[in-house]
Amino acid sequence: MESIGVLMMCPMSSYLENELEKRFNLLRFWTCPEKSVFLETHRNSIRAVVGNAFAGADAQLINDLPKLEIVSSFSVGLDKIDLGKCKEKGIRVTNTPDVLTEDVADLAIGLILALLRRLCECDRYVRSGKWKQGDFQLTTKFSGKSVGIIGLGRIGTAIAKRAQAFSCPINYYSRTVKPDVAYKYYPTVVDLAQNSDILVVACPLTDQTRHIVDRQVMDALGAKGVLINIGRGPHIDEQELVKALTEGRIGGAALDVFEHEPHVPEELFGLENVVLLPHVGSGTVETRNAMADLVVGNLEAHFSGKSLLTPVV
Amino acid sequence: MAESSEPPVVLLHRPPSLTFMDEILTREFRTLITDTSSSESLPSFFPRHASSARAFVISGRLPVTDELLSHLPSLQILVCTSVGIDHIDLAACKRRGIVITNAGNAFSDDVADCAVGLLISVLRRIPAADRYVRAGNWAKFGDFQLGSKVSGKRVGIVGLGSIGSFVAKRLESFGCVISYNSRSQKQSSPYRYYSDILSLAENNDVLVLCCSLTDETHHIVNREVMESLGKDGVVINVGRGKLIDEKEMVKCLVEGVIGGAGLDVFENEPAVPEELFGLDNVVLSPHFAVATPGSLDNVAQIALANLKAFFSNRPLLSPVQLD
Repeated sequence: MESIGVLMMCPMSSYLENELEKRFNLLRFWTCPEKSVFLETHRNSIRAVVGNAFAGADAQLINDLPKLEIVSSFSVGLDKIDLGKCKEKGIRVTNTPDVLTEDVADLAIGLILALLRRLCECDRYVRSGKWKQGDFQLTTKFSGKSVGIIGLGRIGTAIAKRAQAFSCPINYYSRTVKPDVAYKYYPTVVDLAQNSDILVVACPLTDQTRHIVDRQVMDALGAKGVLINIGRGPHIDEQELVKALTEGRIGGAALDVFEHEPHVPEELFGLENVVLLPHVGSGTVETRNAMADLVVGNLEAHFSGKSLLTPVV
Repeated sequence: MAESSEPPVVLLHRPPSLTFMDEILTREFRTLITDTSSSESLPSFFPRHASSARAFVISGRLPVTDELLSHLPSLQILVCTSVGIDHIDLAACKRRGIVITNAGNAFSDDVADCAVGLLISVLRRIPAADRYVRAGNWAKFGDFQLGSKVSGKRVGIVGLGSIGSFVAKRLESFGCVISYNSRSQKQSSPYRYYSDILSLAENNDVLVLCCSLTDETHHIVNREVMESLGKDGVVINVGRGKLIDEKEMVKCLVEGVIGGAGLDVFENEPAVPEELFGLDNVVLSPHFAVATPGSLDNVAQIALANLKAFFSNRPLLSPVQLD
């Protein structure tokens, strides 16, 4: 299989790079200075693309790679892949569900606690020596607060399970009601925001869910409510969020994702009621290795004519 | 024969900023309030004003010594707004027939939440990652380092009281495997028991300290325990600073003998060893695990309920065993 060209779109895991190099001809897209020349040169040998949350396979790339057979994403999110185009051309698509569910759910709870209990602020407070001058302010209790989850898929369900252990009543919004679920359903995101202390974004990013958290939702969440995003940056109208935070119209936000990563609105840097993380949702050694194994496993299966492990298309 | 209809005298001692109990106490009792910033010392104030006080409510960690108690001849009940009672001379109270109540479960949710928050923050490097973003380093230098998975970790709880069991319940939902060490095994507990802290440390990835500080538990986490926990092991302390040999812990962290620590308490608060300030695998908080308005309300209610029970000869809500 060493002659099969696999195009990796950006750095994502050196473990994955090593494993791919052992089996295929790995081409690193980010190392070539002239991308269109590069694609022209290799267009007949590239049969697979490995993308992630940052860069995937859009229509342009798919058109430039006539021998493309499979896109294997190092993520569960598929928003960087033109799925319609892939279907049209018979290109297979795989992702990495399940293996990262726990990490993302853990981080969602970690973000809630860090935000409500001001853990980052406290850590800064101690490190700066300010504790010697006086006690920190009171913070906000997490246990018992109502949690509203947008999207009750694998990740949303895992978040709900954890929040329940903190005695939090769980509400959710989903495209359809889930009949076997004991949580309270709200038919619109605005209703969900109105009735929850903590709003968590946990749905896939599609054309329908772009800016699903807009000004109206933020106003419904209110000055005592907080917003948690472990989905994708474009789920939230980021400009509106910055205004809502700087004007005190929502109580706080903890964000792992942003509209234009790695750029984060600098107006947020001075705020105490935000937690800002550099897209680390699945960022543990254990999980990234498991994701890499899935990517490699899917490619190996495809190129030896076996069933894909985690196909989407 | 008319009985005195005067409400009893209750002493309240508190820092000037923590006034959350003033109103509910003064409504029910003749309350004498002393605050920790006043220039007159208690040994001078008490004999003149508090000789008939049967109840003393302490908000904060005023050391209650035998000497101090000697100035309160009528004292029968000490109502603490903390859970820990290591600041009180228990033998002296026992000798003088003084009963003690503490905060009971008022803080358990908040402290357990804090313990879990500290654990996730250490393993997933949350404060360090937040600093990374705010410094503009994500755009400049790219992805942040990888952390360690929380779900599924083996967690050993030292002290399975109210706080310890609340921590256990929360971490179980993360698929963590819970075991514990305690003075004695709890027959009703579903978790695996280790009779000594060394074997607890050997068989776990994380230690969470939720026990009270006594002579037996002083420096219960020492070098040997930390070596047993190992280079990927994490210690979370929401008990008392002196549960850990702090000097050794600093060395163990700096040398990589253990993998990280989340600390809400320290041996000499508010002093914190400065060697910790440069470490990304450490999360520090200023003894604020109980500091939410909800907790303070809870503890005020428990204090009030204990006082009312005491003055009407009913059973106390959260008495502490003095043995």
